Amino acid sequence: MAIDAATVRKVARLARLAQPEETVDQLARELSGIMTWIEQLAEVDTDGVEPMTSAVHVALPMREDVVTDGGDPDKVLANAPRSVGGFFVVPKVVE
Amino acid sequence: MSGLTSLTLKAALDGLAAKSFSSEELTAAHVKAVADARALNAYVLETPDKAMEMAKASDARRAAGQAGPLDGVPLGIKDLFCTEGVRSTAGSKIIGQFIPTYESTVTANLWRDGAVMLGKLNLDEFAMGSSNETSAFGPVVNPWRKTGANAQLTPGGSSGGSAAAVAAELCLGATATDTGGSIRQPAAFTGTVGIKPTYGRCSRWGIVAFASSLDQAGPMARTVEDTAILLTSMAGHDPKDSTSLPIEVPDFASFVGKSVKGLRIGVPKEYRVEGMPPEIETLWEQGIAWLKEAGCEIVDVSLPHTRYALPAYYIVAPAEASSNLARYDGMRYGLRAEGANLTETYENTRAAGFGAEVRRRILIGTYVLSAGYYDAYYVKALKVRRRIADDFEQAFQKVDALLTPTAPSAAFQLGENADDPVAMYLNDIFTVTVNLAGLPGMSIPAGLDAAGLPLGLQLIGRPLDEATLFTLGGAIEKAADFRAKPQKWW
Repeated sequence: MAIDAATVRKVARLARLAQPEETVDQLARELSGIMTWIEQLAEVDTDGVEPMTSAVHVALPMREDVVTDGGDPDKVLANAPRSVGGFFVVPKVVE
Repeated sequence: MSGLTSLTLKAALDGLAAKSFSSEELTAAHVKAVADARALNAYVLETPDKAMEMAKASDARRAAGQAGPLDGVPLGIKDLFCTEGVRSTAGSKIIGQFIPTYESTVTANLWRDGAVMLGKLNLDEFAMGSSNETSAFGPVVNPWRKTGANAQLTPGGSSGGSAAAVAAELCLGATATDTGGSIRQPAAFTGTVGIKPTYGRCSRWGIVAFASSLDQAGPMARTVEDTAILLTSMAGHDPKDSTSLPIEVPDFASFVGKSVKGLRIGVPKEYRVEGMPPEIETLWEQGIAWLKEAGCEIVDVSLPHTRYALPAYYIVAPAEASSNLARYDGMRYGLRAEGANLTETYENTRAAGFGAEVRRRILIGTYVLSAGYYDAYYVKALKVRRRIADDFEQAFQKVDALLTPTAPSAAFQLGENADDPVAMYLNDIFTVTVNLAGLPGMSIPAGLDAAGLPLGLQLIGRPLDEATLFTLGGAIEKAADFRAKPQKWW
């Protein structure tokens, strides 16, 4: 399916990627090319086929519901762009 | 001491055990080789001090009679593996200054067994690429060149740094990862050996995630036996990765050199693709002949959904990537580019931090997961994925392993496929099926093309049957007697 400029803007917004307006048309063409190539999947008969979400046939393991990690705020904050007094500093969320 | 960098990993271990040289000597030789080879751009971070410190500690352990299975052997680490206190970037600007406070399980296993770290190896950004050109650090250059030519070739991707470092003797082995062919295609392009084990063999904990249902770590080295030794250390159950399999790890090296007599080898007709160079076809025939001569039975098999693997992959992998990469929001770690409000800060951060190919894949992933398209694209791709896995399951009722070419071409020039994403994606046509089905796959150097560039053959095995791949890989290695090395120009 062809992806138009409006779709690119919408998807970029959903993905939280700033998309300079002058690049939108070019990107729409690229993505359309890729999606058109992907369209060939429609040829495959998948009636009654169970979607495959994992390559391993094992049930996810359970573990005791206990704390196994944590209690190290310095390590958690070590790579923070901004932190003060043991907290992440982030932009204001509530106006 | 010269010549130490040319040893196989096995020969280095033997030499260390025999006290022919120390890990300090072995590591110093590699540190020098790494520093002399910056033109290849294989390492994005050299850690010579750490390497020498680890080598000294290794020599002390050996003197005390406490040497581990990899003690004193210098390795390169793909920069997708988090290494404690050592910058780990995934080849991206968005975590370009990230210094992990923890160690990935796979690298921790290597250090547990005594290995020495030389530094971090270049890769495509977030392992998304087939030529290493999407790295924020610029592309790795393949140590191989066409005979009599100077043009710079790609080492393949995404583990291009690992492949180039192994081929140029800048380490005795390297870690790598493979989501759609990122170990096997670079191995083929550089005349090295690489194996992607069964999904779940190696823990993914501490490896920067790309597509979690496809990502798997594996080793690259210069011989089949060397990769077997490395994988034995790297693999193993890890409670921190719920998809890591709670099963024993065999001594993989013990399977190299065993007889292949009576093994049934499948040759899938769908891997004869249009436009494939005749030399690759010839090499494939040669590989079939080698295995036949060694006593294998050759069986024609069909994997009818092969041609749908790439388009299915380019839905599944970007979908998972768009979800995984949502964590890079500039709040808790990594780059932050401020905006007028929170949303703008997110958008600016991610636009500034991600390169073009990563942005493209995030957009595709977001699109195929968005309301109205989820069933038509994402669920459809998961159903096709099941069809592809079923094809293999049926084939493996008749055969013990499959033999195919690794890649549809030899190494191409840097820049050659840069303008056409789909042309670039086609590089993974023979490797991507294996990731979708979760199977083990290995690339072995098998010959040179007319221009003097290496070509690889791929073996695909049953789930968890890496052992048979090591046996067959050993047989191909012996028959091919591949000794060519890149001419040193760097």
